[in-house]
Amino acid sequence: MNFNRYKREISALLAYIVLLLVVGVSAPSFFSGGNLRDLVINNAPILLIAIGMTLVILVGEIDISVGSQFAVCSIAAGFLAKTGMPMPLLFVCLVLLGGLMGAVNGLLVGWLRLPSIIVTLAMLVAWRDLLRWTTEGAWVQNLPDDFQWFGLGQTAGEILIVAITLVIFVAFAWILKNLNVGRAVYAVGSDTEAARLAGIKSPNIVFGVFAVMGALVGIAALLNAVRFTAIPGNAGIGFELKAVAAVVVGGAAITGGRGTLVGTLIGVALLGTIGTALTFLGINPFWEKAIQGAIILAALVSDVALGRLESARK
Amino acid sequence: MSKEILLKAENVTKSYAGVHALRSASFELRAGEIHALIGENGAGKSTFIKIITGAVSYDGGEIEIGGNSITENSPAFAKTLGVAAIYQQPALFPELTVAENIAIGQEKTGLFGLVNWKKRRQTAAELLARVGAKINPETFAGELSMPQQQLVEIARALGANAKILILDEPTASLSEEDTNNLFRVIRELRTGGVGMIYISHRLEELPEIADRVTVLRDGETIETREMSEVSRQELIRLMVGREISAIYPKQKVETGESIFELRNFSSRSAGIKNINLNVRAGEIVGVAGLVGAGRTELAKTIFGLETVDGGEILVRGKSIRIGHPSEAVEFGIAYLPEDRRKHGVILEFPISSNITLASLKILSGFGGMNFRREKEVAAEYTERLGVKTLSIHNSVSTLSGGNQQKVALSRWLMTKPSVLILDEPTQGIDVGAKSEIHQLMTELALQGVAILMISSELPEILGMSDRIAVMSGGTIVKILDRAEATQDAILSIALGHFENGKANGTAAS
Repeated sequence: MNFNRYKREISALLAYIVLLLVVGVSAPSFFSGGNLRDLVINNAPILLIAIGMTLVILVGEIDISVGSQFAVCSIAAGFLAKTGMPMPLLFVCLVLLGGLMGAVNGLLVGWLRLPSIIVTLAMLVAWRDLLRWTTEGAWVQNLPDDFQWFGLGQTAGEILIVAITLVIFVAFAWILKNLNVGRAVYAVGSDTEAARLAGIKSPNIVFGVFAVMGALVGIAALLNAVRFTAIPGNAGIGFELKAVAAVVVGGAAITGGRGTLVGTLIGVALLGTIGTALTFLGINPFWEKAIQGAIILAALVSDVALGRLESARK
Repeated sequence: MSKEILLKAENVTKSYAGVHALRSASFELRAGEIHALIGENGAGKSTFIKIITGAVSYDGGEIEIGGNSITENSPAFAKTLGVAAIYQQPALFPELTVAENIAIGQEKTGLFGLVNWKKRRQTAAELLARVGAKINPETFAGELSMPQQQLVEIARALGANAKILILDEPTASLSEEDTNNLFRVIRELRTGGVGMIYISHRLEELPEIADRVTVLRDGETIETREMSEVSRQELIRLMVGREISAIYPKQKVETGESIFELRNFSSRSAGIKNINLNVRAGEIVGVAGLVGAGRTELAKTIFGLETVDGGEILVRGKSIRIGHPSEAVEFGIAYLPEDRRKHGVILEFPISSNITLASLKILSGFGGMNFRREKEVAAEYTERLGVKTLSIHNSVSTLSGGNQQKVALSRWLMTKPSVLILDEPTQGIDVGAKSEIHQLMTELALQGVAILMISSELPEILGMSDRIAVMSGGTIVKILDRAEATQDAILSIALGHFENGKANGTAAS
């Protein structure tokens, strides 16, 4: 294990361990089975989105339209479920729908070379308002029973949700390390021009990464929707921030080329735990966002500090 | 000539990461003088200018500007000393008006930085009148032609009370009329007591405009002469005048069939036209020319980085089309780019992944990437090329320039190219690594690789090439055989275009 290469992930992990220790000492009830289970289940969709966001950030782009994509996918999942569509087919449909929305971003960013921050900002507004216009803000209710079998307190369903998330996580971690495309993702993010000169088709990589991001949002939306009796029209607001924050806290460089999915997992865990931990510590939950913000800043500052330290040693 | 001395530099030295850019540069500029500074590519002109303008620091020697000894220079400080520079490519803000461009950084504003627009326009108009430019101060700078932008830059320099004006190849892309107009302006400035350092590759225009000339070669001042007492031939001799000291490991290789050929190859976006060239198996063809002659642009166009407008590329007699570097790689063409720090390697990547980046397909099978194979291959190449490192897992940023270049080269050797394009393969690397890379080129030639080598270093060109294509103004002007090529001949051809170009008014633009 190369400590130096993974020092950002390790620092995030240390921070997480400290947080768990603090909570463990002052509020041991935090570690009750039920609470931990809720924590994992609640953050599974965020982890899925953060996996996609890691890829997007690794190629040096950003996708802030994921929250709106999530809303569209959630509502679509509800309507499709009401038509009686079986679960496996529903899964495929949502992967395609999410992938399609991601592909739109990928087309504009990868092939037309538009700046991703603006493209996805436009999509953030566009998808959300399209949804508002079509559904008029209505919730999807009276979901069929077999749809909710997965969620609503069913242990088997919860295990399945976590299992699917973990399989996807492991698959992408493996792909990033073991396949050509994984190497290409890092190369494009480190130095697009150098990657191009080495014969890598950067536009295709960027396109693919955005499409995958969308597909993961589709899966996240489905796994989230099955857990509730109704699907709100305003689902997923703020998810883009959560995902980007988790990736950055996990040690990825926002400029691309550096970061790991393990880091992202730690980031999701750290940020996800904080909210609940505050409640257990008896701190006003209104502090949650402020503390999350402080953690993101701390991650960025330590990143820059580590970078300076590295170059000073040379 | 007893005029005030504005600038005096003595034995100035400067090195970048151990490579000497200036060994001993001495230069003197008097008030009301146009002093030409000439030298080959890499002779140290730009470095010297950067030191005077405060863009870089210098290591040793002495510099006096306006009688003050300068130790700590900076762009802002140089400006207060009255130093201004005008480069070949004007550096105006295209989205600001001419008046705003002239005012930037030198106008005294009122309370709270309030702008006096009327005064600003007036000042701009006065300055523009002084340089004889008929330009409305309200025009956006981006709308002006290049010669006009140059005049605005000169006006700006005057507004800053510049006493020392550096003109870096100001006429390189001007028509004859614009050149004459520029000369008129700078002669007037000379009468006004401004001292000018005039850098140009157009030797024939120097007698017309310069009072004295200083020749730099390999970072050293060779001589300063009165312009009226020196001929063009003598200047070329002074610029070149070195023996080929390094011994090049060039071996006579039986060249085979023509592997790579360009026919009427042109690209408007790259600025190259009607290139005809062929390279045989085992042959090293050197591409010589001055900066801006289109050498790198040619390489980039071949490699699919620019749009081809006309002509064709033939590999082993077959006409091919290359729209993207990945296609070039598939046809067996490899391109080692000019600036390895920029795009030749990915600095953050480990040595091993840098070496395999262009050949990932070879390394992967059904089970994903074969990391053991990658390690083996990387170890093989680092050993073969003598990359000095403790581990192939270290990032390339930890290596010296020469070793980075070897990694960049390894990447392309791993693709087993039949055509290898090298762009300044030994620029800025130490002598040892340089000789190793030359040795490797010879080995590759022996294996039948067709090599196209772009270099600004004439001894390298002469030492390594079987034939030498001299480029100028975006095309190959002449191809010389190894036997007939001399430094004088190459430089003369490379410079020659400027004269012809100027005569018919179609300079390098």
